[in-house]
Amino acid sequence: MEKSSRVSYYLQKFSIYLVLVALFIVCSLISPYFLKSSNLINVSRQLCVGILIAYGEMLLIISGFLDLSVGSVLALSGVLSVSIFKSTQSFALAILVAVVVAVLCNVVNGFFVAQLNVPAFIATLGMQQAARGLALYYTGGQNILQLGNFVDIGQGTVGVIPIPVLIVIAITVIIWYLVNNTRYGRSIYAIGGCRPAAEASGINAKRNIYTSYIINGILVGLAGMIFMARNNSGLPNGAVGYEMTGLTAAIVGGTSFSGGIGTVSGTVAGAFIIGFLENVMNLIGVDPYIQQVIEGTIIVLAVAFDVVSKSKKKQKVILKKKDDEAAA
Amino acid sequence: MEEIKMRLSGIEKSFPGVKALSNIEFSVRKGTVHALCGENGAGKSTLMKIIMGLYKADRGQIYIDEKPVEIRNPIQAREYGISMIAQELNYVPELSIEENLFLGRLPVTRFGKVDWKKVRSESLRFLEEQKLPYSPSQKLKTLTVSDIQMLEIIKAVTNNAQVVIMDEPTSSISEKEVEKLFEKIAELKAAGVSIIYISHKMDEVFRIADDITVLRDGEVVSSDRAADIDLDTVIARMVGRKLTNVYPKEEVPLGDTIFEVRDFAQDDMFEDISFRAKRGEIVGFAGLVGAGRTETMRAVFGLDPHREGKVLIDGEEVTIKGPEDSINHGLIMLSESRREDGIVPVRSVQENASLANLRRYINKGIAHRKLEHDEVADMFKKMNVKTPSLDTEIQKLSGGNQQKVLLARWMLCDPKIMILDEPTRGIDVGAKFEIYKLISEIVKEGKTVIMISSELPELLGMCDKIYVMNQGRIAGEIDRAEFSQELVMKYATGLMS
Repeated sequence: MEKSSRVSYYLQKFSIYLVLVALFIVCSLISPYFLKSSNLINVSRQLCVGILIAYGEMLLIISGFLDLSVGSVLALSGVLSVSIFKSTQSFALAILVAVVVAVLCNVVNGFFVAQLNVPAFIATLGMQQAARGLALYYTGGQNILQLGNFVDIGQGTVGVIPIPVLIVIAITVIIWYLVNNTRYGRSIYAIGGCRPAAEASGINAKRNIYTSYIINGILVGLAGMIFMARNNSGLPNGAVGYEMTGLTAAIVGGTSFSGGIGTVSGTVAGAFIIGFLENVMNLIGVDPYIQQVIEGTIIVLAVAFDVVSKSKKKQKVILKKKDDEAAA
Repeated sequence: MEEIKMRLSGIEKSFPGVKALSNIEFSVRKGTVHALCGENGAGKSTLMKIIMGLYKADRGQIYIDEKPVEIRNPIQAREYGISMIAQELNYVPELSIEENLFLGRLPVTRFGKVDWKKVRSESLRFLEEQKLPYSPSQKLKTLTVSDIQMLEIIKAVTNNAQVVIMDEPTSSISEKEVEKLFEKIAELKAAGVSIIYISHKMDEVFRIADDITVLRDGEVVSSDRAADIDLDTVIARMVGRKLTNVYPKEEVPLGDTIFEVRDFAQDDMFEDISFRAKRGEIVGFAGLVGAGRTETMRAVFGLDPHREGKVLIDGEEVTIKGPEDSINHGLIMLSESRREDGIVPVRSVQENASLANLRRYINKGIAHRKLEHDEVADMFKKMNVKTPSLDTEIQKLSGGNQQKVLLARWMLCDPKIMILDEPTRGIDVGAKFEIYKLISEIVKEGKTVIMISSELPELLGMCDKIYVMNQGRIAGEIDRAEFSQELVMKYATGLMS
């Protein structure tokens, strides 16, 4: 019994990676194009925006919150960044504008959520509307075309590796470090797991929640630039619903919606699972509308899986307790 | 009186790999209070769940009025006249009193419409009979815990309960309310209702029980008339060993005054709070629930605001804006509710233990994992924390071990002054003893302990000095030499000040 329970423990712990591997094999069987290096590079390029967003959502969900304004803020910071680049040709300014704008939006999110205790769902839903409105107002609803060198951020390569992939790898290392090796990281797990307990232990919850939103802002700003560059245009109407992509990746990757649980590796796996699925559906010609249906289904199933496995765990805890007591 | 209302015979229950109950013989006489004692995990809850039909026994038989019955679910239990007042009360705070009273059994008219007239008139009648000054339309969340409990009991009785199970009914009500509860119990007894009374509080058990059954490790150790058994015997049977000294207090030489609070006040909470504590001293705070002890200490620690007042540590005034400041000054507080603001359930025991001390373990962006691991492991060893590993989620530990992890959390900060709010609430006798021993160890190291407790014997047993609070003020200060239950109660109830 000991052995089999250990096996099932590891199966559960690494289930997400097993799913990823299985999916990879299934995809390569379904479509002959899937394994082509051009396709795989394309997938990783496509994944970049999603992974950055997923990290932001992951940090927020671990802290016990979320951000529904990602798509709109991404569009707003993206179009502003693009337009400053067009008038100055300065990458530094473009990056600065993208990041500052997205961070500002998220400071506002953080203010309502941390300071005024407005439910994150409502506060960021409001920002979703407002940021989209600003993006459309600024551009007059028109796309900004022909970005020049700006496209390198999304389409350029160093050797064979796409620049956005390099950016994402660097960010991954930073986020991993933040989550595992800083007081901020340790604090958000405690805040999301039980905020009063964290505060009673001397942790400043507000400051850390702000930090989560600000980091989310930086990530969304970067994602905005990559998104616009890939499209070679500033799209004020772009990236609609991208918050769902990020949330799905984080949650499929094992980030618990109840807060306090989540890992970078899980989120990466979650993002790849979504990415492979989308890719293979495109390759075999699944209708894009149907793809939406499938993605919606996945997020609900992932949360259901989380909730069910947790209640099962709870039962096990009770039995385990009895075990201990009987042994004592 | 000798009539047996309910009898359990040969009840056995196993969970995969564990025997939770074996060969339980247990009978409850009509119109009596039968106390069920045992440490956490002795099998009390499992047994009650079987009676309520929540679990199915593997073997054995339940008899009601000497007729064998099978109880498959709580609804059937109710039909057999069995009701349970759970420790965590089941009610819907946003609904009205009447809706809660009739929850799950709202009367309907022929057309399927709720018969609100009937609901209203019956609720009014009950409230009047029970002398509860509430309107049936009032939301339940506006009532005190004890009145809600009273309603639960009324609800049980209106369900025509013959056997009422009460699980730790006094764990969150004040002493005065306990009296009210006991009156109610006497009333029920007189009406021929049998009560199964589960409690960790031995003084209560001995006050009201007619019979006492002790459970240990899923077996009935003994079942006696209360008159034929004494407190020490019951405790010894519960833990399976003789506790030579319930309160392992040690004489520690007291040092200088290290901690002083002057003129603390907050509107509608507490006024004129001044007290002091010496190095090596255990200072108790007694009082009824609602006297303002927890509120005062939370404000001192910086968790809640205060209007005026000073805190002095080592004779110097310190500014405390939040718990962070207190911790930096060597003042910590173990909070009263482990689940609400103590543990982070989903995180590991190690993370829980190091939570208040992250400044030490993660410094200038560098995580000192080995230091953290070693210090936590050492502290756990010193405090005898039982956990399968340091990576185990804390929610998988027993209440007593969780409490020890929380104490370890604060010990790791190496504080000078420890405010412990109800440090032994809801943990079993054995674990309580260990916590007392730890407190003794702590003050031997020259630290100071401020201990809030609703269990008077515990304060009398452990403290050097007790402050008694009443209605937000310090009503009295008693030195160990003058300790007596009567004196504390006089201050606590406002008879003396």
